[in-house]
Amino acid sequence: MQIDDALVRSIARLARLKVEEEQVGAVGRELTSIIGWVEQLQSIDTENVPPLTGMASQRMALRPDEVNDGDCAAVIVKNAPLAEDDFFVVPKVLE
Amino acid sequence: MASPLPELTRLTLATARDGLRKKEFTAVELAEAHLAAIDAANPALNAYLLTTREAAAAMAAESDARIAQGDARPLEGLPIGVKDLFCTKGVRTTACSRILDGFVPDYESTVTRNLWDAGAVMLGKLNMDEFAMGSSNETSCFGPCVSPWRREGDAARLTPGGSSGGSASAVAARLALAATASDTGGSIRQPAAFTGTVGVKPTYGRCSRYGMVAFASSLDQAGPIARTVRDAAIMLGAMCGHDPRDATTVNMKTPDFEKALGKKVKGLRIGIPKEYRVEGMSPEIDALWEQGVAWFKAAGATIKHVSLPHTHAALPAYYIIAPAEASSNLARYDGVRYGLRVNGADIIDMYERTRAEGFGPEVRRRILIGAYVLSAGYYDAYYTKAQRVRSLIKRDFDEAFESVDVILTPTTPTPAFALGEKSASPLEMYLNDIFTVTVNMAGLPGMSVPAGFSANGLPLGLQLIGKPFDEETMLRAGRVIEDAAGPRRAPASWWLDAAPAKAGAAKRARAAKAPAAKPSKGKR
Repeated sequence: MQIDDALVRSIARLARLKVEEEQVGAVGRELTSIIGWVEQLQSIDTENVPPLTGMASQRMALRPDEVNDGDCAAVIVKNAPLAEDDFFVVPKVLE
Repeated sequence: MASPLPELTRLTLATARDGLRKKEFTAVELAEAHLAAIDAANPALNAYLLTTREAAAAMAAESDARIAQGDARPLEGLPIGVKDLFCTKGVRTTACSRILDGFVPDYESTVTRNLWDAGAVMLGKLNMDEFAMGSSNETSCFGPCVSPWRREGDAARLTPGGSSGGSASAVAARLALAATASDTGGSIRQPAAFTGTVGVKPTYGRCSRYGMVAFASSLDQAGPIARTVRDAAIMLGAMCGHDPRDATTVNMKTPDFEKALGKKVKGLRIGIPKEYRVEGMSPEIDALWEQGVAWFKAAGATIKHVSLPHTHAALPAYYIIAPAEASSNLARYDGVRYGLRVNGADIIDMYERTRAEGFGPEVRRRILIGAYVLSAGYYDAYYTKAQRVRSLIKRDFDEAFESVDVILTPTTPTPAFALGEKSASPLEMYLNDIFTVTVNMAGLPGMSVPAGFSANGLPLGLQLIGKPFDEETMLRAGRVIEDAAGPRRAPASWWLDAAPAKAGAAKRARAAKAPAAKPSKGKR
């Protein structure tokens, strides 16, 4: 699988990761080489083999649907790069 | 304050515990001896990112009071280091990434909470690969950690391995009695092998992941690095346990791992998987493996050849599943809630610039691979395919464990390499994990035990793989290797002979001594 410039730009947008225009070619070549290597899996017969989706060995435990944490807004925003009162501050989203 | 007693850093965790209880020395003296050793070694090794001097003094004083009252807990007064992956309340935690610049958690990870509740004393936070992505500690935003080991007659700086490079280097250099670490594809066992230490990755579900910075959630598992199998067993016992805050932790009683060491190994069935004899493996490693087989025979164990036919598929499948989970887990770093923010033209531009600047090259690479294999049109071909292969890998182990109790393999295909030697090629670096990723893919317990030395004087490790939740048998087998390999050899303390620290090193040492930094707010 060749990962071309257009695909690099589209993956980078999906990942919200800026790839500078002059790096697009190099990133594409690097991803192509890694993806080319993992493609050896295609030769393994997995017909009728279910995907292993996780490692949990037990069923998820249930607990009463009750509030057991909270009232700590000041603690939550403490590490924010920009906060006002108990709110995170972000660039304007709606015009 | 009396001058620190350097010989106290030579104790094992178990002998230090016994010495404290017999009041041969105090917990305060033990902590001070380690902090002095850190001051002397850290400019050369860069193992600690920061030391928590005040917390160590307070915790050690409390331990001395408890010991005086005959109220000692299992790890009372024992100084340990913490990988920077574990959130520590009020102490900077960054996973060695710029994107978590200045992050000071207001909560404690369950694993470290368990250790403090058991009486352990915190020395500081340890270097690692950024977000645990790496096999050499070279992806850390704080610069690489250096191994205390050197090749004979060669002063080249070697990697302690990764991602838990700081943990392994600190324990090997006697800058902590033991350390916490984490293992997603080999990050406990490979550094342990490279530094002549014991590293244990328990069964998935033994240790809580709460408060542990996430990399790949279906693979991540915490565990200890220590200098002996007994010490690792003691640490592991204190770290494990059911936690309602992590639904994947199992609700079962943690066995007494230390007690399990006393049982005999006669009749134990040891599996040797032929698929682990890979091309390009160092002949020394092959010979070491043969030596391990001979040791088990001599101890009365039975050797059986087993087959794990999908071994070769584990690494490529891992490099789909781990980046996929990472790209999802690392979506939370968006410049809004914590860490770095880089402003942009609009909110999406802000996200993209923050993440491009905050993540290092290896993390960016894995996020992009993950986003690609999870994207529409490619999901089934890559991600689902890798999960199906993962089923086959687990099935191989299930079948092998019908006829054996423990599997013996090398931990790494080569001894430690020099810093810079493999950092140019991601694929070459990934091959370091060839013997260890299988264990994470199948959720099994695995450990590395020091077993010998390369011709040029570097430690080599053997890996033991256990049945799910049977760490006891695995640890017991680990003792066979440890006993047969003979007395533990410590690295020469070359950093003490070095000329007075250079300006840069002295500056790093001062930074390491600083208390938890006030959160810097990053760029706006």
